[in-house]
Formats: sequence, C-alpha cells, structure tokens
Amino acid sequence: MNNKKYLTLSGLELLRVTADTNFVNIGERTNVTGSRKFLRLIEEDNYEEAVEIAREQVTGGAQIIDINMDEGMIDGVAAMTKFINLIAAEPDISRVPVMIDSSKWEIIEAGLKLIQGKGVVNSISLKEGEVIFKQQATRIKRYGAAVVVMAFDEIGQADTYERRIEICKRSYEILVNEVNFSPEDIIFDPNIFPVATGMDEHKNNALDFFRATKWIRENLPYANVSGGVSNVSFSFRGNNIVREAMHSAFLFHAIENGMNLGIVNPSMLIPYSSIDNKLLQLIEDVLLNRRDDATENLLEYAEEVKGTNKIKEINEDKWRKESLQNRIDHSLVKGIDKFILEDIEEARLKSKKPIDVIENNLMHGMNVVGDLFGSGKMFLPQVVKSARVMKKAVAYLEPFIEKEKDSQKSSKAKILMATVKGDVHDIGKNIVSVVLACNNYEIIDLGVMVPPEKIISEAINNDVDIIGLSGLITPSLDEMIFLAQELKRNNIDIPLMIGGATTSKAHTAVKIHPEIDSGLVHVKDASSAVVVANKIIGNKSDLYFNEINSEYKEIRNGFLERKQQKEYITLNDARINKFKIDWKNEKISKPNFLGVKIIDNLDLNILKDYIDWSPFFRTWDLHGRYPNILEDEIVGKQAMELFADAQIMLEKIISEKWLTAKGSFGIFPANSIEDDIEIYNSDLRKNSTFKFFTLRQQSKKGGSVANIALADFIAPKETNIDDYIGTFCVSTGFGCDEKAKLFQDMNDDYNSIMIKALADRLAEAFAEYLHREIRTKYWGYSKNEQLDNESLIREKYTGIRPAPGYPACPDHLEKKTIWELMNVEEKLGVKLTENLAMWPAASVSGYYFSNKNSKYFGLGKIKEDQLIDYSKRKNISLDDARKWLKPNLL
Amino acid sequence: MKNPNILKQLIKERTLVLDGAMGTMIQKYKFSEEDYRGNRFSDYNILLKGNNDLLSLTQPDSILNIHREYLEAGADIIMTNTFSSTAIAMADYNMESLVYELNYESAKLAKKAISEFDSNQKPRFIAGSIGPTNKTASMSPDVNNPGFREVKFDDLVASYFEQVTALFDGGVDILFVETVFDTLNAKAALYAIEDFNIKNSVDIPIMLSGTLTDASGRTLSGQTLEAFMTSVSHINLLSIGLNCSFGAKGLFPHIKKMSMISKIPISAHPNAGLPNEFGEYDQNPEQMQILIKDYLDNNLVNIVGGCCGTTPEHIKYIADITSCYNQKKQV
Repeated sequence: MNNKKYLTLSGLELLRVTADTNFVNIGERTNVTGSRKFLRLIEEDNYEEAVEIAREQVTGGAQIIDINMDEGMIDGVAAMTKFINLIAAEPDISRVPVMIDSSKWEIIEAGLKLIQGKGVVNSISLKEGEVIFKQQATRIKRYGAAVVVMAFDEIGQADTYERRIEICKRSYEILVNEVNFSPEDIIFDPNIFPVATGMDEHKNNALDFFRATKWIRENLPYANVSGGVSNVSFSFRGNNIVREAMHSAFLFHAIENGMNLGIVNPSMLIPYSSIDNKLLQLIEDVLLNRRDDATENLLEYAEEVKGTNKIKEINEDKWRKESLQNRIDHSLVKGIDKFILEDIEEARLKSKKPIDVIENNLMHGMNVVGDLFGSGKMFLPQVVKSARVMKKAVAYLEPFIEKEKDSQKSSKAKILMATVKGDVHDIGKNIVSVVLACNNYEIIDLGVMVPPEKIISEAINNDVDIIGLSGLITPSLDEMIFLAQELKRNNIDIPLMIGGATTSKAHTAVKIHPEIDSGLVHVKDASSAVVVANKIIGNKSDLYFNEINSEYKEIRNGFLERKQQKEYITLNDARINKFKIDWKNEKISKPNFLGVKIIDNLDLNILKDYIDWSPFFRTWDLHGRYPNILEDEIVGKQAMELFADAQIMLEKIISEKWLTAKGSFGIFPANSIEDDIEIYNSDLRKNSTFKFFTLRQQSKKGGSVANIALADFIAPKETNIDDYIGTFCVSTGFGCDEKAKLFQDMNDDYNSIMIKALADRLAEAFAEYLHREIRTKYWGYSKNEQLDNESLIREKYTGIRPAPGYPACPDHLEKKTIWELMNVEEKLGVKLTENLAMWPAASVSGYYFSNKNSKYFGLGKIKEDQLIDYSKRKNISLDDARKWLKPNLL
Repeated sequence: MKNPNILKQLIKERTLVLDGAMGTMIQKYKFSEEDYRGNRFSDYNILLKGNNDLLSLTQPDSILNIHREYLEAGADIIMTNTFSSTAIAMADYNMESLVYELNYESAKLAKKAISEFDSNQKPRFIAGSIGPTNKTASMSPDVNNPGFREVKFDDLVASYFEQVTALFDGGVDILFVETVFDTLNAKAALYAIEDFNIKNSVDIPIMLSGTLTDASGRTLSGQTLEAFMTSVSHINLLSIGLNCSFGAKGLFPHIKKMSMISKIPISAHPNAGLPNEFGEYDQNPEQMQILIKDYLDNNLVNIVGGCCGTTPEHIKYIADITSCYNQKKQV
C-alpha cells in the first residue's frame, strides 16, 4: 500500500506523511508531564474536561495526539486505557492517529491494544541494550504501529553530531535488518537540547541537531525525524518574546534540514517572516553557532526585551493607580468591565451632575476609542467590547440621572436605525449602531421589519439627525427606494444612510439618489459609518453632500452609458442558445429517497466541522481568509481573540442547547418544459401540482457560451428520461432572538451580535452538511465523495444548491413554491415575511440540482419580452413580476 | 493444508471464485428447533434455533450438501460454517466448550466436500471463516458510558487463537477474517493468527474482508477505507476486500477505490442486491452476473463471490462470467 514508502498512520482517517507534507504537528497537551492542567484533570478524575483538551488540540490543528500518563501518583495503565477509550468515542478527536507516549512498556502495550488505527509508540531506544530494544520493536511491529526511536544508547543520550548519527544508524540497521521493521515506520528523535546556556559544549546543540537530521534523511532511507521544539529555548524561560522567535527560527531550519514531524505549541510560535530582524539575526547566530559572542549578544538583547516586559507587567497592575480619567479610558479601550462601576461611582461623587460623568468622563474614553478605531489601531470586535463597558456604565448612572430629574437635553446627534420592511437581518445594523454609539451618537434603534410610515413618524417625533436604513435581501432595495420617495413627498429633509449586504454605491447612486432631495450616502462598512456620520453632522455638510451628489451623478451617467453598450437578445434566441446537455448519454442517478424528510433537532456538534469561518470574520469587518486571517500581520491578533470568543460561545450554544437546528428536504421526480421545471407527484410522472419557473440569461454571448437557465440542468420532458430535483430549508435560528435579546438587556451588544453571527454560520453549515448527506446518501449520486471542509467551501462537489433570491434565480417568489411543496411553515416553523425574507434569520433554503454539468451563474439583466413571458407562465400580473424582478430589469 | 504456493500462484493467473451465502442456504432447509438440536442436544436448556454453526454437528449432511452445491457451481474457494464459532460468540448459547469441535468438524465437512471435486486442473480450497464476533472492542454498547468496553483485545486474541487452532487442525487452506465492522476486532484476529503461525512455524494465507455501514464508505467503527487498510498494513495478507452491506452495484465504487490503492489482491463478495421489504434478497443470478461483469471489465478483483442472499445459482453465473476473462487484476 505504501507505494513510495511514506509514513502512513490512521485514526478514523488517514495521515500520510509524504514528501509534500511540510510538517506534521503533534499535539502535546494531553501529556501529564508537559501540561499541568492535564495532570490536574487526570488526578481529579475529571476525564470529561481532559477529553476536551484533546478536542482543542485536534481543532487547533494537531494531526497526531500524543498521550502520556507517566506520573508517579497515577495508575498509568488504567489512565491510558480510560482516556484512549473515551476519545475513541469522539469522532472529531479519534479521526487523527494516536501517539502512545510512555517510558513504561506496560503502558505502551496497554495503549497498543486499544487503538483500531495505526498509531505511533513514543518511544524506544538502545538505552537498555539490544535485546530489550529488539523485543519491544518486534512487539510494536506485531501490533501494527510506527515507532519513535530516541538517540539514546547504553552509554547515554547522544549530544553530538557524531553520537547522534552513530546511534540512529545502529538503531536503524537493527530495526530494518533484524526486526524487519518497515523503515518508513521509523521516526528518529535526535534530541533537541537548549542553546545559549553559556556553556561551550552546548554551542553546537542546535546545529548538531540540524546536521544529524539532514544526515538521517539522506542516509537512512524512508526514516522520519521528529523532536520536541520547546526544549531549545529552555534558557529563556519567562521571556516569551525570545522563546517564540527562537521556536520559529529553529523550526524553520529543522524543517529545511528534513525534520517532518514535531511537537510544537502553536501558541508559542510567531511567523518566521515576522520575527524582528535584529532578534532573528541574534537567534540565528546562536542556533547556527555563527559567532563566538552569539550567546552574549542574545542574552544582552533578551535582558532588554525582558526589561520592557517587566515594565509592561508592572504597568498591568499599575494602571489601577493612575488618575480616574486614565482608569476609565483604560477600561474602555481595553474593554475591561471589572472595575468600571467603582470608577464610575467615584466619578459620580466628584461630579456636579451624574450626566456629567457620561458627557465628560465616559465620552473622553469613547473619543480615545473612536480615534484609535478611526486610525486603524483598533478593530471592530474591540470597539464592540468597549461599547459593552460603556453601556454598563451608562446603565449604572441612569437611575441617578432620573432621580436628579435632569431635564437635560442631550447635545448628542441622534441617528435612527432600522432594518426595512419585510427584512429580518440585523447583524450589520446592530454593529453600526454600536460603533456609532461609541462615537457619541444617540441611537434610536427601531429593530427589524420596520414599515416606512413608522420610520418616518419616529424620525419626526425624535427629531433625528440621520436615518440609517439596512437590509440584506434584494426586495429591501425597493423598500429603500420607496422610503426615499416618501421622504421627498412629505418634504422631510433628513439625510439618509444606506447600508447592508445587497446595497451598493452603484445601486444607491442609480436607483435611490434620483428619488431624494435630502442628503444620501451609501455606507460601505461599520468603520466608514462613523466617518460618514461625522461629515453629515459636521458644519461642512453642505460641501460634503455636494461632493456626494456629483459623485453619484457621475456613477449614474457612467452606468447609463455602460448599459447601452451591452447587447441583449430576444428570449426566443436565448432559448435556442440554451445550455445543451447530451441527455442520451447522460447518467442520471435515481435517488435512494423520494419525497420529503424532516430533520428535527439535529445535533449541532455535527455542524461545527462544516462551518465556513471566513464570512464570520467579514461580519466583524475583519477581512481575510480563514485560517490565514489568524496569522494576518494587521488583524491577526484581533481575529484570534474574536475566534477564541466565538469558540467559547459555540461550545455553550452546543452544550447548553441555545439554538435548535431544524431542516427538511425533498427529492422529487421532475422534468423541464422549456424554462419551467415540472414536479411530479410520483415517479409514475402522471400528475403534477407544482412547477418551478426559471429565468434565462439574455445578454448576448460570444462563441459557444450558452444563455443559461436553471431548467437546462434538468432533462426535458420530451427526452422521456427520468430526472429529479431537490429542495431544502434549514434553520438554526430557533432560540437565537431570545438569547440575543437577553444579552442586549444586559447591555452586552458584543455577545448579542456574536450569537446572531454564529447562528448564521451554523445555518450555512447545516446547508453544507445536508447537501453532503443528499449527495452521498439520500440522493446518493456522489456516494464516494471524500471532500474535506475546505473543498466543500470551495464547492468542489458535483451539483449545486442555488437559492431563490440569489444571482442564478433572483425571484424570491419561488420560495413560496418550496414552502408549499415541503409544507415548510407548518413542519419547521420557518416563516416567510411579506418581502419573502426567512424568519428566523439564520435560515437557508434552495434547490438541489445533481447534474454534473450544473453550475452557478448570474442571471444578469433580462428584457421586457422575458418579463411578460414570465408573468404569464407564473400567472401573476405584469406589475407584480416587475416588482419582484426589478433589480434584473434593463 | 495445501501448499500455500499453489494458491499464491493461481491468484496471479486468474480471478478465483468464492462460494455464496451459507445462511441463505440453511434457511431453505427450514430447520425446526428439533432439527437444530438433533439427538445430541435434545435436552439442552437453551433454545438453539438460529445457531447455524451448530448444524455442522447436528445436520452435517445438509452442510456437506451446501458445500457440494457451491463446488458444483464452480467455486474455487469454499468457506467453513464457522462464522460465529468463537467462545465469545458462542457464549450466547453457553457453548464455549464446543468451540474446538465446531471448528474442527466444520473444516472436516468442507474438506470432505472438496475431496470430491479437487483436481490438478481446478484445485479447490477451504477458507476458515472467522467472523467479527458479536462484541466490539473499540465502541461502547452503553451510550452513557462511552469509555466502557464489552470485550477486550486480549479476550478476542484468546478466543480467535482457539478458533484458528481448530480450523488448522481440521485442514483449512486459508483463514478468512471477514465481515470486519471494527478494525480492532480484526487486528485481534490477525494478531492471534500471527501468534499461531509463529508458534507452529506455519504460514497460513490470510484473507481479510471488511464491511461498510453506509454509502459514506466508512466501517461501523468509523474508519474510512484508507484508514482501515492502513490499520492492517502490518500483516502480510493474501487479499483484502469488502463483503456484505451492499449489493454488487453499491459495493462497486468502494471496491474500485480499494483496488486503486491496494498493492495486494482484492476480494469482493457482495449481497444479492439490497433486501426488499420482507428482508429477502431478490436480485436474481442473471442480474448479479451483469453487475459482476462490471467488476471484471474494470479489472478490479482477484477473488469474487457472494454474501447474503446468494445461492449456488448465483455463484454459477459468477463463475461462468469469470471464466470468460483471462485477465486478472495485476498484483
């Protein structure tokens, strides 16, 4: 099976360490000798939490987990047995191979008898002579495991280059020639020793390791090299700056020399490329023994950083001794709510009026936050945390303000925020509200699905300075246009800010701008919301709006010109140029399951692995692809913190069942008739109650490019070929609003937004999971699909799941058909609003097309002829059709 | 035991045919509780109906006839009636003490059957069937106690060692660890076999066949095919393959995948389709033949036969189509 003789291990899944594998990271936290926490948990018999450590390791990227129970007070065999048996019951842990780590043979053997996969023994050596070495190797081979061999013999541990290669060579020859051990199953550990110890004989410790590694990889065919990296920096304990850099530099050279596995603590690493140049040079001088005074130089530098470290540490306690305002600022900037109430109370006693605390002390702090955020030195999640502290402080002060009967008129500018009628999505709106509130704006948040008349009346009653509108689904764009028209009709001159996922500068400029006389600005993201609001409120607002007006006019003109350039063809011609599939030779899988199935209360644990995290970070205005974003130079630290908070909440969502996941899907016999898809009540294909209506691209295509409609992916009725279509609706939003409100009531916007963002991710994960189930099981047309989550995210599977309202099928009305077909509202409780947004918001619905030729596409613009044809087919008025397809009309 | 080299040579030359289901054939006899008991166990204090392996002792002629029918149909390899003949599985009937006898007599029956068909032109072989037992070493039967194990590696090894000893004494040519749903159970069986080989200085060829839970292509204990194959890669196997859980059509993609990864010969013995609503397999021999032809056309297997629902008629059709192919999967 090992064609090229690579170390091949298995848990529930395969791990092959090939030449292309850069480096296999071995998780080390489930080791009582290395982790005090793990030791404590085992001693306290708290295996439940001990298992969680293993889970964190694997989620954190460990590809093998090292398990060690060597501690005097622990019954090693019993502990090893219990722990391995427990993790075997956790598929997300046991998918990786196990490394049984012990110096006691009885513990190793007990472990080998528990694992169904091919694991690794860590370790054996020639320490007690050849006889025992051979015996143990033979046993390990019989149990079917790989082995770590320490560079250790009867004389002692190898500490020079020569001793390392001598012992490894001797061990290798015994194993391969006498024991018949497969060479690719041997992993040498040539001993990583500390450097910069001040002793001359240690100067070559790293260099000798690198050289020995290189020698092993070149001279002992197929053997592997591993090591425990943290040892190298032992002399710098307590100085994490130097340690982290040294681990990275060491690893860089070790890998370059051929080390292909290793034990590294990922939190004690920084990217090699981001090590400070001077520090890197000093460290490499030491590792590679490049200068005689290398150690002295590094120690000197280490003292300096250590010094600053110490000052920092003292500072961390010291800030409590600073002036009151500094303390308040500090709490707000750092998002620490531990001391805020005592500081606020102190400030209140010192102030004339309680309101002054808000306007002077707190606002001072929030201005610092605003400045840091504005200059890119703070990130959105931090700002939201600051707001949490701010709200807590304000809530504390409110009763005092009431008591004083301060009829104080707020000097703050007021912004009304609302998600428009028919739309339930409010994560973005909430984030913007928080950010604006942090910048001294008073926010009047009307919530979701707010009718235009309410927006207008509340705006007038509260005398607001700006109206902020948000929406996610395409019909919301029309609601915004309508609101603009209403403002103009009622002669209301309140500036409008437009935001949300479907909105754009182009749409705002082309469609909304001509409808309004008052100011109008499209806001790209939460960060720019503050800048925009400041400009609107500022004394140069006229100038600002002049600029915006001319910019929007320019966009509009450019758009109109562009529009004329693009050519469109008639619906008839587009149909002739449809996407052609050779149905006679097409293999259509008959689904294993036909009809509708409900999935009630799906275990959220299953969904965890299907989450696509990149959009989660986008929600928080942190841009980059997961997981790289965690190491991003600019936002990495913040992304890491946010991700950690998300993991904590996700665990709670799952363990405390905050959210309920429900879904249903249906697979039905279907055939296409021109651009329609007819659904049959049974596979006899006699009766049909439901029909899906699809829309066809009409822009003129060049060459062999087709004018696609989704119906093209279903076999036409006249071919007499039995084809099928699927539909689905999933939701993880049940329970979300309640929980979010609870957080909000506690003035905790951060977690209120967090739970909504996570519910959204889980819903998408549910859709991804269910699609896989459909492909591999229920429909079963891709039974042997083996895709990891990354491949799923990149849509490497066969078939598509387009959703009504999205580019391939922009008509939201089709959702109603899905709802009726599967009786979604009654069976799941997921409802459609008047504008066909789904409630709960964390829901996803759509179609399944299984044909291997099916692909996602954008409809683009359509002509009047298709609009008329579509309204007739669908049996709706032309006006209705126009309303729903507006964004796609020429 | 025949010289293993004969088998090793033959498998390089052509695709060998394995027999079909034992249980399905036994069902056709519609044995009563009395038939299962025979004279010997007429006073036994536990109901014995369903203990199919026991029929080797109480209805030996029927078992012998089933073997004959499969050999007549063209099977190169027949499997002994010993799927559950381990102390662990026989504990259900309090028959742990009969394990040696069950295996030994079953092997003898198979031996008697092949002696009537064996020839130099078409040598026949006996594979001692070694089932997974009814307990699993890497999963807990108690959802509230995931760390609990009903059976341990050492118990399995001891139990399998006893079975292997008796099968060898009875004269089997191959040991067939089949229907593996938990790789750790299989590793214990393989460990016991290797133990036996070392202690007796023999080298009994080993066939290994796993079974999948569903279309995801994983074993019941959760392993992917590749992980499963890697977990047993330390053993020098005659063949590796899959059986049961699917019909030939459903098994095809998984066998194809295995065939692509594996350097050793591949075996497949699928069910006769999937059970209908009465739990019966109704794929007829012609239908199965067409599906097996697909395996041969794609050059996927070195050993092919049938599992649940297959009959001598199925095996005849499989043998017929197999004989039309000179090629075999290169190993």
